[in-house]
Amino acid sequence: MAKNLDINVHHLTRVEGHGNIVVRVGDGKVQKCVLEIVETPRVFESMIEGLSWRDTALLTARICGICSVGHTTASIKATDDAFGLTLTPEVLALRKLMLLAEEFQSHVLHVYFLAVPDAFAAPSVIPLAATHPEVVKRALRMKKTGNVICEAISGRHVHPISLVPGGFTYVPPRKALQEIKDYLAMIEPDIEATVQTVASIKDKFPKFERPREDVSLTRDDEYAFYDGDLMSSKAGVIDCHDYEKFIHEKCVEHSTSKHVYNVEGSLAVGALSRFNNNSAKLNQAGQAAAEALGLKAPCYNPYANNFAQTVEIAHCYQEMAGLIDRILGMELSEAALAPNVTPKAGRGIGLTEVPRGLLVHDYTYNAEGICTKANCVIPTGMNLGNIDADMQKYVPSVIHQRSQEQIAHDLEMLVRAYDPCISCSVHLMKVQWV
Amino acid sequence: MADKPRISFHDFTSCEGCQLQVLNCEDELLDILGAVDIVQFREAIDDRQWDCDIAFIEGAFSRESDRPRLEKIRRHAKVVVALGACATTGGLNVLKNYRGVEESMRKVYGDKASWYETAKAQPIERAIKVDLKIHGCPIPPQEFLEVVKSLLAGRTPQIPDHPVCVECKLRENVCLYHQGQYCMGVVARAGCNAWCPSYGGRCYACRGLISDPNHRAAKDVLTEFGLTVEQVLGEFQLFNGAYDMAQEA
Repeated sequence: MAKNLDINVHHLTRVEGHGNIVVRVGDGKVQKCVLEIVETPRVFESMIEGLSWRDTALLTARICGICSVGHTTASIKATDDAFGLTLTPEVLALRKLMLLAEEFQSHVLHVYFLAVPDAFAAPSVIPLAATHPEVVKRALRMKKTGNVICEAISGRHVHPISLVPGGFTYVPPRKALQEIKDYLAMIEPDIEATVQTVASIKDKFPKFERPREDVSLTRDDEYAFYDGDLMSSKAGVIDCHDYEKFIHEKCVEHSTSKHVYNVEGSLAVGALSRFNNNSAKLNQAGQAAAEALGLKAPCYNPYANNFAQTVEIAHCYQEMAGLIDRILGMELSEAALAPNVTPKAGRGIGLTEVPRGLLVHDYTYNAEGICTKANCVIPTGMNLGNIDADMQKYVPSVIHQRSQEQIAHDLEMLVRAYDPCISCSVHLMKVQWV
Repeated sequence: MADKPRISFHDFTSCEGCQLQVLNCEDELLDILGAVDIVQFREAIDDRQWDCDIAFIEGAFSRESDRPRLEKIRRHAKVVVALGACATTGGLNVLKNYRGVEESMRKVYGDKASWYETAKAQPIERAIKVDLKIHGCPIPPQEFLEVVKSLLAGRTPQIPDHPVCVECKLRENVCLYHQGQYCMGVVARAGCNAWCPSYGGRCYACRGLISDPNHRAAKDVLTEFGLTVEQVLGEFQLFNGAYDMAQEA
């Protein structure tokens, strides 16, 4: 059909941050096909320098409101690492619960608010409130549970308060922890229902594959989120302190977010990459969800990231239910939680899996605990090269079968499937056919 | 039936956490959606219409090319509300002004810095007239609800103009100064229910300062508690760097 295409989606919707999809095809040949990142440069790395260790996480949490627990976690892990701090089992358990709650909440938000409307051919979740009220109410209950968890432990989800290097500045009362358990019990039926909803719209996503390099944390004993070694599906497993061997950044002119490459021109991170690298470590609920959705590793269809997120929703739910029981069995006290930090000069590296993929915070401190050098590598930035490569393969493959409008819609869904967080990565979206 | 009030959301330089705080009003969200028409909310919906009764703007004004979009929002909206610290004070983004914009860009992007446009971060009222401010980093959801309900009912929203210390006393928090720590609560605008001090964190005045702050006395107190002049200025610059009092020693 379309031999000449001119797509220009300016400020793509239902993604976090500002980006444009620009495609130009003349005489059936793709001349340009990129995701432009037009978010304002935010230069966080420069702002961190000169800050005390007390404030580095306070600042970097503000890179992103949606992954603010993830950024805080990577940041305080980097500071822990630089100062050689040891953590109590109580601190670790609460940190892990908050991180799982954020993965869960962010995936619920993405699957229900941003991706599912495409499958129902709705422009947003709002019309679904009238046509499918039960689906929307379920999404809100599940999302709220993530907030309840973070509020109970750290005051709030967006820019958590008491989550600091070495420990917590607040001891969550038992009543609040019991409330977490009650909320988790309340939404138990919603997990299976979510898997069913996503399974019912599975065929609405394009069938498209492009083999890729999947990068994620990995552990022998669990499906890695909080920590682990760094794994590339093409280059093997290394210690996370050597992350620069796999994560190479470069500036590209069409994006205020840097691109990342390793073995080839691009690599992928996120739920589907974690699933591809670690699916054998999923708990029983995660395995069951993968089976119900027909998701098998390795899966190279980028649209399937929505299914991998659904698998992780089920997995995270079961992990949270187990963890809250363990925490309720602990004696939480100021002695077990209060941070005991003595700054010292050195470099610290914090790698964490956040909803959109691997996150790197890398700080160097002086003897007074003032940050003298900082580097943050953000998952959306790591995926940008891969998104461009996917689009550049997808457009020629459908150019004779689908109209310009259909291709533009497919590309918007493709970018949205990566769940990009553009404010984060500039640290993205709209299709422009130019 | 009369048309429902039209509401729009817009974002500039920010983490979009304050729009997430709006979505975090889970218990009230469906009622709000029943009472208004959301005509633009890029983070969650595809529609994009400009004419509206209330425009909420998140994010700082940090490059000249954003000015026409801000002016367009202003032209089409009856009421413009600055949503969150980035919009009301410039927020943390203002730190880059102190680090030097060009130097910051060179540090992050190296010799490619000239590819990208940026400028000093400022509150949006430096570009367009703002009618109301919802303060905080992030905004307290209850203040967003108070503003929406008030505007829909045609009354003036109650935004506190007393210091955070008052709220800490009401919550019976042990004063951070008594624990050997420091805090901006003495001059910071309340309305968050002393959110950070209640969870063991210091107040860094993310909601801006009260309208008549004795900032010189606050600086004296901070110095008395052992902070250097540089550290005291750092506390003011963190969220209020766009204002003169953050520059006076």
